[in-house]
Amino acid sequence: MKKKRADNICMMQGNQACARGAMMAGCRFFAGYPITPSSEIAENLALSMPAVGGRFIQMEDEIGAMGAVIGASLTGLKSMTATSGPGFSLKQENIGYAAMAEVPCVVVNVQRGGPSTGMPTFPAQMDVQQARWGSHGDRGVIALSASSAQETFEQTIRAFNLSEKYMMPVILLVDEVVAHSTEKVVLPDPGGIELFNRKQPTESPGEYLPYRETDDGIPVLARFGTGYRYNVTGLCHDETGFPTNNPEKIEKLIRRLTDKIERHRKDITHCHKIMLEDADVAIFAYGSVARSARRAVFLCREAGIKAGLIEPTVLWPFPSDEVLETAEGVKAFVVAEMNLGQMAREVELASKCRVEVHRLNRVDGRLITPQQVVEKVREAL
Amino acid sequence: MFDYLRYIRERNFPHIWCSGCGDGIVLKALIRAVDKLGISRDEMVMVSGIGCSSRTPGYVDINTLHTTHGRAIPFATGVKLANPKLHVIVVTGDGDATAIGGNHYIHAARRNIDLTVLLYNNYIYGMTGGQVSPTTPRGKRASTAPFGNQEPAFNISDLAEAAGASFVARGDVYHAQKLEKLIVKAVQKKGFSVVEILSPCPTAYGRRNRMAHPVKMMEWLRDQTVPVAKWERLSPEEREGKVRTGIIVDVDKVEYTETNDKLIESLKADK
Ligand code: SF4
Repeated sequence: MKKKRADNICMMQGNQACARGAMMAGCRFFAGYPITPSSEIAENLALSMPAVGGRFIQMEDEIGAMGAVIGASLTGLKSMTATSGPGFSLKQENIGYAAMAEVPCVVVNVQRGGPSTGMPTFPAQMDVQQARWGSHGDRGVIALSASSAQETFEQTIRAFNLSEKYMMPVILLVDEVVAHSTEKVVLPDPGGIELFNRKQPTESPGEYLPYRETDDGIPVLARFGTGYRYNVTGLCHDETGFPTNNPEKIEKLIRRLTDKIERHRKDITHCHKIMLEDADVAIFAYGSVARSARRAVFLCREAGIKAGLIEPTVLWPFPSDEVLETAEGVKAFVVAEMNLGQMAREVELASKCRVEVHRLNRVDGRLITPQQVVEKVREAL
Repeated sequence: MFDYLRYIRERNFPHIWCSGCGDGIVLKALIRAVDKLGISRDEMVMVSGIGCSSRTPGYVDINTLHTTHGRAIPFATGVKLANPKLHVIVVTGDGDATAIGGNHYIHAARRNIDLTVLLYNNYIYGMTGGQVSPTTPRGKRASTAPFGNQEPAFNISDLAEAAGASFVARGDVYHAQKLEKLIVKAVQKKGFSVVEILSPCPTAYGRRNRMAHPVKMMEWLRDQTVPVAKWERLSPEEREGKVRTGIIVDVDKVEYTETNDKLIESLKADK
């Protein structure tokens, strides 16, 4: 029997997988600005977007790209931008706007080393705290992570789903190695992908209040041009969408922007857990470092050391419960990351000092190797 | 009498503007223009940045989007490109559009995307208390130019023309009827249209520059403005200290969203 060619199996780099995921998630608007190592996402979408009636625009700067994405999303299109560290910094004010006005959109940050121009062509994970706190003001944040081209594809789709569901910007953090490594990606049948589209109002325009209190704390924003005339602002606003100085209403709004994430933690957070059941040492790693960590777990086991891995695919909200639960079963944590301990602090906080947290950090633009992880695990024991 | 109530959001009144501010006159001219245009309010989106003028959308009963400082044009670009059928009006000020948002202003003009930009020029940062702006004339005082502005000013309309806008006009609130007509023309024009609107700020600008009384500022507007036709006949010396008003540029150029639509159509046809 002749073997059927599997055209759903391809070789692609992480950035291509991201673009592909966006298209399959129903993204129909991309605005961006060239920046290494993310530009292939824009290049791929420049090619594929118009063919399905979508819009691609290269804006005059990073800030403008973020603004255009918000405008397009309010007009009803699933919208995305992609950037790297310096551009991510520039976008922060408008990311905060999207959080405040509750506009769904996806921001991909292909991380490189910093601060400043830093290392444009080398990987880093130095923006994980920027993703949480980069924009001024208090608000909940959803930031996803991916460690392979396959996962980048899947996480891009998840980013759109979460943004449409929770009405907010969702950040996808990958790093240069994931973005530029070409590897196998198995594409699902388009019909088999579960997609979430933002709710639309069912009441008449006369009764419509964009930021009305809802059971799940998530507003229902009508697409511009559908007969529901309302106001959107970055100022503190009440249920009508107009600015307010009423302290009670302000308090309610600001708390809700955080609570809407806290309340739905279970639906959002996710970790891969490998061989944790009997582990003495738990490795905490994400992104490309998690690939080395997986290998390290097996190398450790071969050497008779009981190591396990907890790999969050959602960095924010931080998987505090999962980390605490893990801390209760192990003797030590090893947190491996390409920064100077940005997530190790979170692991320390979440594990409530039950166990010692050992840090493995690399900031020279090179990957952490499996051997380095194994060594650190030995030290930790 | 013209029924303004049909177009305003009464619940948001009284407005935030100072007495004597020109922005209310622009609001009325804008409402009359919208009425004349006969476009459905559901098909209009007004996008603004930050500043006194950028509070205008809160008072008009259409789709309104009050954005971040300087970024109204990119937000509007997203709205327009996502649905080119919508009429998108940007309301912005001299600081918002030509200082912090200057990059977007020139690039939207270059792109010639079909937006109508109403750029209120009051020569100062009003909302933050009277700091010097890119259009404050040299020598005039501001809270951050207590000895007089040391820098030359931008000519906002010339800037739009040089950057490629297909329609550029200048109006002022002393000539409110004329202003209304300019706004109508600007919205009707396919392409990037700018109406620079001279609107007095007695509070932050006038007080520091010997025009504290709003009437004084209106007289100043009356005396310094010269219609385009008359401007042509003036010698360089006579033009000194004056500004021309009326339609400065009105040319037909390729518009951006139409080009993008055509690309999409051609790719569909290829399939
Ligand atoms: S500060 Fe100036 S521009 Fe602002 S409302 Fe008052 S008068 Fe108008």
